[in-house]
Amino acid sequence: MRTDSPLHRVARKYLHDRLALVSTLVIVVFFAVAAGAGVCSLAGWPMPMRPNATSLERKLLPPNAVNWLGTDNLGRDVLSRMVAGSTISLTVGFVAMAVSLGIGIVVGAVSGYLGGWVDNVLMRVVDALLCFPSFFLILTAIAIIGPNIWIIIAVIGLVSWTGTARLVRAEFLTLRESEYVRAARALGQRAPRIIFRHILPNAFAPIFVTAVISIPDAILVESGLSFLSFGVPPPQATWGNIIADGKTYLLDAWWLIVFPGLAIFAASLAFYLVGDALRRAAETRSQ
Amino acid sequence: MKPALLELRELSIRFRTENGVVEAVKKVSFTIREGETLAIVGESGSGKSVTALSLTRLLPTPPAEYSGGRILFEGRDILAMSAAEVRHVRGGGIAYVFQEPGTSLNPVYTIRSQIAEGIRLHRPDVRDVDAEIVKWLGAVGIVDPAARMHDYPHQLSGGMQQRAMIAMALSCRPKLLVADEPTTALDVTIQAQILEELRRLRAECGMSLILITHNFGIIRGLCDHVAVMFRGEIVEYGDTENVLKNPRHPYTKALIACVPKLGSKQDRLRTIDYDWESGT
Repeated sequence: MRTDSPLHRVARKYLHDRLALVSTLVIVVFFAVAAGAGVCSLAGWPMPMRPNATSLERKLLPPNAVNWLGTDNLGRDVLSRMVAGSTISLTVGFVAMAVSLGIGIVVGAVSGYLGGWVDNVLMRVVDALLCFPSFFLILTAIAIIGPNIWIIIAVIGLVSWTGTARLVRAEFLTLRESEYVRAARALGQRAPRIIFRHILPNAFAPIFVTAVISIPDAILVESGLSFLSFGVPPPQATWGNIIADGKTYLLDAWWLIVFPGLAIFAASLAFYLVGDALRRAAETRSQ
Repeated sequence: MKPALLELRELSIRFRTENGVVEAVKKVSFTIREGETLAIVGESGSGKSVTALSLTRLLPTPPAEYSGGRILFEGRDILAMSAAEVRHVRGGGIAYVFQEPGTSLNPVYTIRSQIAEGIRLHRPDVRDVDAEIVKWLGAVGIVDPAARMHDYPHQLSGGMQQRAMIAMALSCRPKLLVADEPTTALDVTIQAQILEELRRLRAECGMSLILITHNFGIIRGLCDHVAVMFRGEIVEYGDTENVLKNPRHPYTKALIACVPKLGSKQDRLRTIDYDWESGT
């Protein structure tokens, strides 16, 4: 009987979506690689090839039996560097998403449920933040504070919650008028419990979809920052700075740009497709 | 005579809208004693639901505004209470059953977890919450309550949903139940069943009941008193039998005449002609 919960029905729909399953698989593979590399580097375990080991007699080699995706201008193995970069990219994506989701949900929920002057003040703050082009805000912040992966994550999270807040607020504006919220109030429940237990779960589907779609956005921003060399400082490899280093050799060493580019593309596309599939699965629920 | 449980003294409520101030409730007074049943009858827009929601300050303020009068529940003025005190009255003192059972239940939780919330809130001494839920679901006429309490709202029929709502309200042991058009959204046979349940449970629990309806046909035998509301005012208030037999106000007469009678040969249903602009 419990199997007919709304969550089960969304899951059932999702599992019948082939594109969603393939995308999920891609994300799982990326995740496994990133987590494996992360654990190895933290624990100091030997990896097949160290991402920062240079070898000048093996520089700019095309893909071959030893270096599957070739080497760069310092003879570093591109595949190893991409694996190391995947840890950074996924960490940035997920932690920035969590930061922006946390702020966005709280601000949006309070704003939408309470309304009145609280709503007015919070939404004007959101408007003010949206006036700044967020990429330049991030660039400025990092130029002042200095590049460090955790600062980059925090800044991306801190400037990207406005969309989530607006979405959550809109959901709350609709749902707070619903009959079951009135029934919960008539039962004598407190506002925090009504917000987080009665309204939030009903707004879960659109919030979850935005969260998933904000992951590739954060990954792309980090890659962009690294490409402009405002990102994670070298020699630490990220997908963005491998491309940045490789762009000088664009005509001689295509592998320096194509493979990390493909990784960014595949990861972003997989997250977008998963988000889209979730949206479709959740939509059929309300039909 | 039993003591007064709820007393409204010249309660007035108005709404500030962009098109001006609307007086929704004008100097409404009535008294309900313990164990009594009051019917509030009137057409839509007459202010009966606003009156009901105002009893525990459930109206959103703004735009609503309590512009005068007092609401005395067990001798204490609801309008003067702190937010925490009002929350205590909601559910535990005055509980509600609303018109739309399908949307009054939260779709993402089983009815068990929704009924449990009220019990935990107002009766923290209850140890076995599940047993209490089964008891009340059984009391409102749900078959096999131990299994059905794990259902989600969409798995229940409209009548079952309204029974679950009534069980949720009653499980908090309120002193007064406010049923705001509890049967309007249900079909006629279920209406009769739900009203019968309400009549029986009111007697068993010894609570007071306010039944809000636009249908004069359902209040006979269920309600001790009736208040007829029209454009925010109570135009007639008294013993149900008296009002039904000797209605004084023309609006009451017209309302009673609108109830179709079984066996009478009528070509057209009676309607109320009323000119809103001139007020005649």
